Amino acid sequence: MKRKLGPRIVHALVLIIFVVLLAFPFYWMVIATFKQNLDLYNVENNPFIFTMRPTLENLRLLFFETRYVRWLGNTALVGTIVVAITLLLSIPAAYALARLTGRWGERLGIGIFLTYLVPPTLLFIPLSRVVASLGLQDTIWSLVLVYPSVTVPFSIWLLMGFFKSIPKELEDAAMVDGLTRFGAFIKMVVPISKSGILTVVIFTFTLVTQEFVYALTFISPESQQMVGVGIPIFLVRGDVYFWGSLMAACLIASIPIAFLYNLFLDRFIAGFTVGAVKG
Amino acid sequence: MAVASARVKSIGAAPSPWLGAAMFGPAVLYILLLIGAPFGLAIFYAFSDARIGGGNLHFVGLENFRSIMQSPSFHKAVKNSIIFTIVAQIIVMVCANILSIALEKPFRGRGLVRFLILLPWVAPVSIGTIGWKWILDSIYSVITWVLVWAHIFKPYNAPMWLGEPTLAMASVILVHCWRLIPFSTVILLAGRTAIPREIPEAAAIDGAGFWRTLFQVNLPMMLPILSVALLFGTIFTFTDMTVVYILTNGGPFDSTQTLPLYAFNTGIQGSDLAAGAAISLFLVPVLVLIAYLMLRVARRTEVV
Repeated sequence: MKRKLGPRIVHALVLIIFVVLLAFPFYWMVIATFKQNLDLYNVENNPFIFTMRPTLENLRLLFFETRYVRWLGNTALVGTIVVAITLLLSIPAAYALARLTGRWGERLGIGIFLTYLVPPTLLFIPLSRVVASLGLQDTIWSLVLVYPSVTVPFSIWLLMGFFKSIPKELEDAAMVDGLTRFGAFIKMVVPISKSGILTVVIFTFTLVTQEFVYALTFISPESQQMVGVGIPIFLVRGDVYFWGSLMAACLIASIPIAFLYNLFLDRFIAGFTVGAVKG
Repeated sequence: MAVASARVKSIGAAPSPWLGAAMFGPAVLYILLLIGAPFGLAIFYAFSDARIGGGNLHFVGLENFRSIMQSPSFHKAVKNSIIFTIVAQIIVMVCANILSIALEKPFRGRGLVRFLILLPWVAPVSIGTIGWKWILDSIYSVITWVLVWAHIFKPYNAPMWLGEPTLAMASVILVHCWRLIPFSTVILLAGRTAIPREIPEAAAIDGAGFWRTLFQVNLPMMLPILSVALLFGTIFTFTDMTVVYILTNGGPFDSTQTLPLYAFNTGIQGSDLAAGAAISLFLVPVLVLIAYLMLRVARRTEVV
């Protein structure tokens, strides 16, 4: 059955328009990254093409004359520790709510999901005092402390759905074979939940790179910045924006994350849809 | 035999509250300490005279709320937060519906298209926004270049996208839409693929055209998922301060001021913790409403 030409053209047009609108800023980052400053800052030149030879100067400046590498390092470190904390807190909690607590566990699960709706812009003022009184201000440890409060609720919710889909008979069999309930959880359930756990890892790491408000509020020294705050705030000297390096920094920080997130997209969506989609 | 199988079943089904409590206790404690307690503290601050570096706190009653209510910036912030959220959500829902229809059936290159379309949602917000700041630059804007090239504006005479109140507001809305369309699209896509094939097909056999099937069959069936996308989108726009902070920092002349940004500028930049906390509390009614609606959606779909 051949589809008619008209609808196919409309279909292609819709896709092209949206792809161009949505991906354009990233294409624009690529162009700016490799342009010489004289080319970039000449309004007579066509901005879509390279009037002068492409250059790696912007990348050199970014990597050797700014703290960019340090920010990437900070982000990776905070991301790794927050992932560890999130897993330690959310895996047991999700299992308990899925299997051990019966009816009110479900209610508690929804309650925990609702805390995910509490935005940083509501809590950053009191938390800035909490962080200061613990002596964590201006260090990445303030973020290590606070970020799990954002990642744990959603992770519990994701994992709860995952654990519920595992047949109960698996643990029953393990317990008949002499394992305790907790032993069955560690030895049977966790190993076969690898893909659910990996989803939480990616989700948490992505969230750490995306968060802006807490990082901006708690940390002021340039060397302690996360990549998401360092780029927009510290790659600007006075009023001068180094657009070439700035765009290079944006590109390098966002593409790997985008790639990872894309791999696990369907699972995140299942978490967001709150059971409004069956199957 | 029947007895034995019943017993085996009961091991798995039996809730063990103590082990359960021990396993979710730490997570709940963490959430209470880092979400519940700061929320309480925010309310406490809002009724006090807390300042960064200040000494003893005093209870001042409704004083903070009274002075906020008198500030023109605050009125501007409330109005803008509401306008930005509503306008952005209308645009996002229309675009996401169109885009999710276009992405539903498999075609060559769908994976790549999906990756490109998702970039705005997946890349860090602050980074995507700084990309837009370059696109909307007062001198080197590519949009300006194209408009000059097309002879719509004379060189050096084009509008300043982030420098004029109406255009700045439009720019903020644009960036919010740009960021949220991918998110809403994938959520709607999940809802769309969950509609049993036979139902729209039956409608088509009964003579319903594309539009009729869309409005009388598909959209009503997708109502729960549409509300989920809408509710999340509302939260993400209403409580966001990153986009405005980077794009305009509320300017020019407070024309893009929003509630979260005003709370930040007052509470952190201006060291007036008490007033900042009071301003951010104005987000709460909207959040409560959204949480309530979210629960209704969740409950209704559980019954179906």
